[in-house]
Amino acid sequence: MSPGQSYGLQAFDDRMSTVDFDVAERPHITVDNDVCRSCQTTDCVYACPAKLFVPTSDGGILFNYEQCFECGTCYQVCSGENALSWTYPDGGHGVAFRKG
Amino acid sequence: MAEHAGPGTRSAVVDTPPQREVDVVVVGAGPAGSAAALEVARAGHSVVLLERGPFPGSKNVYGGVVYGRVLDELVPRWWEQMPVQRWVTRRSTMIMTPTQALTVDFRTQAWGGPPYNGATAHRCDLDGWLAGLATEAGATLVPSTVATGLLRDASGAVVGVRTDRPDGDLTAKVVIACDGVNSFLAKEAGMFVGKPTGHVTLGVKETLRLPRNVIDERFGVTGQHGVDIEILGCTRGIPGGGFLYTNLDSVSVGVVVDPHGLAAKKVRPEELVAELKRHPAIEPLVRGGELLEYSAHLIPEGGYDTMPELVTDGFLVAGDAAAMCLAAGIWLEGVNFAIGAGMYAGRAAADALAAKDTSKSGLASYQRMVDESFVLGDHRKLRRVPGLVLGQRMQQEYPAVLCDLAQGLFQVDNPRPKPGLLKLIRRVLKWHGVKTRDVLSDALTGVRSFG
Ligand SMILES: Cc1cc2nc3c(=O)[nH]c(=O)nc-3n(C[C@H](O)[C@H](O)[C@H](O)COP(=O)(O)OP(=O)(O)OC[C@H]3O[C@@H](n4cnc5c(N)ncnc54)[C@H](O)[C@@H]3O)c2cc1C
Ligand code: SF4
Ligand code: SF4
Repeated sequence: MSPGQSYGLQAFDDRMSTVDFDVAERPHITVDNDVCRSCQTTDCVYACPAKLFVPTSDGGILFNYEQCFECGTCYQVCSGENALSWTYPDGGHGVAFRKG
Repeated sequence: MAEHAGPGTRSAVVDTPPQREVDVVVVGAGPAGSAAALEVARAGHSVVLLERGPFPGSKNVYGGVVYGRVLDELVPRWWEQMPVQRWVTRRSTMIMTPTQALTVDFRTQAWGGPPYNGATAHRCDLDGWLAGLATEAGATLVPSTVATGLLRDASGAVVGVRTDRPDGDLTAKVVIACDGVNSFLAKEAGMFVGKPTGHVTLGVKETLRLPRNVIDERFGVTGQHGVDIEILGCTRGIPGGGFLYTNLDSVSVGVVVDPHGLAAKKVRPEELVAELKRHPAIEPLVRGGELLEYSAHLIPEGGYDTMPELVTDGFLVAGDAAAMCLAAGIWLEGVNFAIGAGMYAGRAAADALAAKDTSKSGLASYQRMVDESFVLGDHRKLRRVPGLVLGQRMQQEYPAVLCDLAQGLFQVDNPRPKPGLLKLIRRVLKWHGVKTRDVLSDALTGVRSFG
């Protein structure tokens, strides 16, 4: 490993590859892009620790639920009315931390 | 309606069940839930402990230090059983600017032997051990199961939970919500009505592998002794702080920040951790550490004034679900409060069952027990501290003031004579545009809280 890698410069994917997920079929969080397109703050883009909210060129948000920590940060910071439908994944699915 | 747990869940109204399947359902096998289930089971009542993760601890993240003395009341000689990484014998508070660091560093050998003070531990080990105590006492742990909402009778009393299992309704005489910071069940039960909401900080953490002897040398400890460093001034002025803890052969480093502050500064949480790891005071400690796991979790940081109602008919709330967490810069404590609150909730449920009255008044002894103990005692006493520590001056001005003061005191500017202390203080405060009046008022808040 190059020295830089252990200093937090590794690509985000490498960072996420250290986390175990049992991905469920049901997307437990969904994003309504019609709301996001008129969002002024896009707090989710900065605050989601798993970096799952990716701005698209048309002003919307690309979201993938698969590597979610289920923390709740996004629904706490989201200012768009009903932009997110947020639930926990069904029992046993989702993230499984080993070093929490 | 889809049966999933979240901010949008609604209670299902059911006919008053003639018989309940169990005496008590505890939701969440974190420290609060396991302590609650343990006390209910010990009193001889039937109790189911629901956990949405595949095993206890799988959904949980904390910084890494558990203050175990609350266990004295639950498990004799708990330190011989608890799965510990290291016993904390050295505790530091570091105040930093990008180029400076001022550290108050305390160590005592007294914390290296029974009954100890704090210990680092991983949550799957710790939560698994606590849940194991509950099941040994007779509780039934049901993992991989989400409580998706409450069952209530026509009068509104809680009579059980709905789960995401087939035929998943589980009726009970008492439901104890220990479902953590998002606290969907207590919100659904109306316990937060009229309370300020949204007081959460985001914690992100990296666990970095380092050889055990390297940790011993860098942190100046031997044997199974370890170090706890709390850090202020490492979050670019966004309300929050940082931490660095030693495990046996890894370290946990991370930040806690107000998630609303990130977008304004256009910075992401893992970038703050990377900055912290590059800081000249931290880099030599974590250098070369290999990332074992990246993780994140919310923390309720609002303190006493944001706590919900704790008791209603057939229903109790404990732990992070009731915001019983102390997360204000130099403290990160919650597991101890969760265990304490869970324990009292379990006892109150058992007493109410014995007295055959699980109404709000039958369960009221829970409120009394947490009021009279450290659980709410500490929070009442420290209710102004979150505002102080997470306030603008403490976050954006004081770290630089204190570091510059220290630099002024220690710097030898010969042939200029040493400055007098008062003059130095006045000069540094003026330089940073801090008013003496504000410093005195903050100091008074501090003295009133800690005095
Ligand atoms: C970054 C960070 C650092 C921290 N550092 C420290 C520290 O060093 N020391 C300390 O003492 N505290 C610390 N804390 C606080 C501490 O983690 C919490 O206060 C503590 O975990 C609270 O315990 P709990 O049992 O109330 O909740 P949790 O530990 O959150 O447990 C809740 C449980 O309920 C389960 N659950 C939730 N909803 C459902 C549902 N609907 N159905 C079934 N199961 C459900 C969850 O999976 C979880 O297992 C820290 C927290 C964070 C985030
Ligand atoms: S903050 Fe909410 S509304 Fe705005 S972009 Fe993110 S998800 Fe969409
Ligand atoms: S719950 Fe947390 S990890 Fe998942 S999408 Fe929301 S902010 Fe990101």
